[in-house]
Amino acid sequence: MAISMTEAAEAHIQSQLAKRGNGIGIRVGVKTAGCSGLAYVLEFVDSAEAEDTVFEQNGVKLVVDPKSLVYLDGTQLDFVKEGLNEGFTFTNPNVKNECGCGESFHV
Amino acid sequence: MALLQISEPGQSPAPHQRKHAVGIDLGTTNSLVATVRSGSAEAIADECGDVILPSAVHYGADTITVGTEARARAAEDPYNTMISIKRLMGRGVADIKSFGEQLPYHFADSNSGMPAIETAAGPVNPVQVSAEILKKLAARGREALYGKSGGELDGAVITVPAYFDDAQRQATKDAAQLAGLKVLRLLNEPTAAAVAYGLDKGEERVIAVYDLGGGTFDISILRLSRGVFEVLSTGGDTALGGDDFDRTIAGWIAEQAGVGTDLDAATQRSLLDIACAAKESLTGAEQAQVRYGSWSDVLDRATMASLLDPWIDKTLRACKRALRDAGIGADEVQEVVLVGGSTRTLRVRERVEDHFGRAPHAEIDPDQVVAIGAALQADVLVGNKSSEELLLLDVIPLSLGIETMGGLTEKLIDRNTTIPVSKAQEFTTFKDGQTAMAVHVVQGERELVSDCRSLARFELRGIPPMVAGAAHIRVTFQVDADGLLSVAAMEKSSGVSADITVKPSYGLEDKDIARMLQESYTHAAEDIALRALREAQVEAERTLESMLVALRENGAQLLDERELNELEHAMEGLRLAHNGGDAEEIRRRMEALNKLSEPFAARRMDASIQRAMQGHSLDEFDK
Repeated sequence: MAISMTEAAEAHIQSQLAKRGNGIGIRVGVKTAGCSGLAYVLEFVDSAEAEDTVFEQNGVKLVVDPKSLVYLDGTQLDFVKEGLNEGFTFTNPNVKNECGCGESFHV
Repeated sequence: MALLQISEPGQSPAPHQRKHAVGIDLGTTNSLVATVRSGSAEAIADECGDVILPSAVHYGADTITVGTEARARAAEDPYNTMISIKRLMGRGVADIKSFGEQLPYHFADSNSGMPAIETAAGPVNPVQVSAEILKKLAARGREALYGKSGGELDGAVITVPAYFDDAQRQATKDAAQLAGLKVLRLLNEPTAAAVAYGLDKGEERVIAVYDLGGGTFDISILRLSRGVFEVLSTGGDTALGGDDFDRTIAGWIAEQAGVGTDLDAATQRSLLDIACAAKESLTGAEQAQVRYGSWSDVLDRATMASLLDPWIDKTLRACKRALRDAGIGADEVQEVVLVGGSTRTLRVRERVEDHFGRAPHAEIDPDQVVAIGAALQADVLVGNKSSEELLLLDVIPLSLGIETMGGLTEKLIDRNTTIPVSKAQEFTTFKDGQTAMAVHVVQGERELVSDCRSLARFELRGIPPMVAGAAHIRVTFQVDADGLLSVAAMEKSSGVSADITVKPSYGLEDKDIARMLQESYTHAAEDIALRALREAQVEAERTLESMLVALRENGAQLLDERELNELEHAMEGLRLAHNGGDAEEIRRRMEALNKLSEPFAARRMDASIQRAMQGHSLDEFDK
């Protein structure tokens, strides 16, 4: 069970954390919502919970709760720029269907 | 593929529910757009990496260009290139005349009162020009938030100078509307800068915002109390800025290099460029090598300081005046915020620090700080943050209420309440079987409606007939972030409702507000007496009305002739007192009538209980 991120994602998370001034890492998770069942969650983490799994890559921590991990196993987080727009994308092998815009998915 | 952003803990938006909002700094010389991404606000750059969009619009015969390209045309095609158009926003044709030859444009005759400028593309007005700049910025914001595929912005916060009057603010809003932007709020530029530094959170304090741009200087003194920014005073100089610094340094170079004073435009331009480069390098280095032709010398910080000081002195004199206007001492200012590219000059920072006796905030890029503050505010207003973080930046200048019986005002929202706000109160019917109620919305501090400002009237119809006082009519006042008031009335049992929306500040000037407040103070005593009288009168009417109903119903059965006479006599007395002007007298008469009618009321009660018990045995009631 593992999730990973690209160098671009790593660098962006690092700079966002530095800008925010506090937080130990980024929470990656899923929640039930949206037009296709599940949606990704990306939040700053101030403190991890006991049941969380923490994946560390070059000092950048991704924090995942056990329920989300089932849906996220093998996922790679990337940070991309498309023109002026920028943000994170998920490459998730568990996904069977995505809604048109990719904000929600189901497994 | 949607691109996701990092949220604060617990605030991940549901899919398709994230709102996209931008903050726009619509400046005289330069404009910027910023937005909040992954929890932090940043200015958005264009494809070339430029964050700043020159506020210039060029009108060709069939193309309109905006920004750097347009500014480049200013020299060759001045009549068709609109620069510094912000100075004309909200101004009438007459105002423009006073600008004299500062503006190279051909003004067309216009019958709308708004100045129109003749261009190759036909006449344009300042609102249209500003709309072109806003369109360009909005497009940049859309692309940054949605990518090439595009999408609509949910709203924008646009900044305006603190000294902008209603007409100038309205013109800015009109320009935004023309550009297809939904304005969440117009925000004062100094307030936006303070918001960018997070000064809106925390305790009460006085903040000075020192804004030195390329061609304008503004100083604003703000007071933050209970989360509300109040502009205490503003000052400045609309023709002082970094351009003057460049000219002075260029003059020094010309003098040192011995090139004389009568220079052609190209020489002037190149001297200015050298001067500007030297000025900028001196923010990092101790001295700068300056070369012009075969001449070369060193410009050090001390020399530059002596060249710039006369200009900086001018800004500090304006600061002093602003402080005096605000009634604040320099030592009472707790925070100083630097805005505008020219505050990068170290000498400016030193002098400002000396003047206020504290280090100014300069951590955020002074060109971007206003747009960033606007973006933070837009993010909150559009609903991406929890409501506790909602900034309360404006207050209601005069109380808002409705008219009640007797021409009295019932205040629902008191003056100085911060907006947005929503308040509700229940009212009831005055007469039996009343099926409609007039809602008269008024503004002011006085007790009588006739002394207040009438804002709107509407009627709630279709109230089910009930006895007086039985209907529950909920009147809700809601003032949004723009100061727009909506009033709704709903009868609770039937759900019938009616509503109206008004702009309470429309056509209301500061001096009107001051006058209305002053009157409420000078008339306070007589207002209260009048209110007491009207209240007594209304109650007397109600008592008489219910007395009449009771007498009509069973006065003949329950009262003998003497009692009936006494009651009618007392009622006549109350009626007379009601028409007089003495609240005390009305109260006395009312009390007398109530006392006199007590036996009658008791008998009526007995009679109705007897009626209710008829046909039942006492045992039934024991249980």
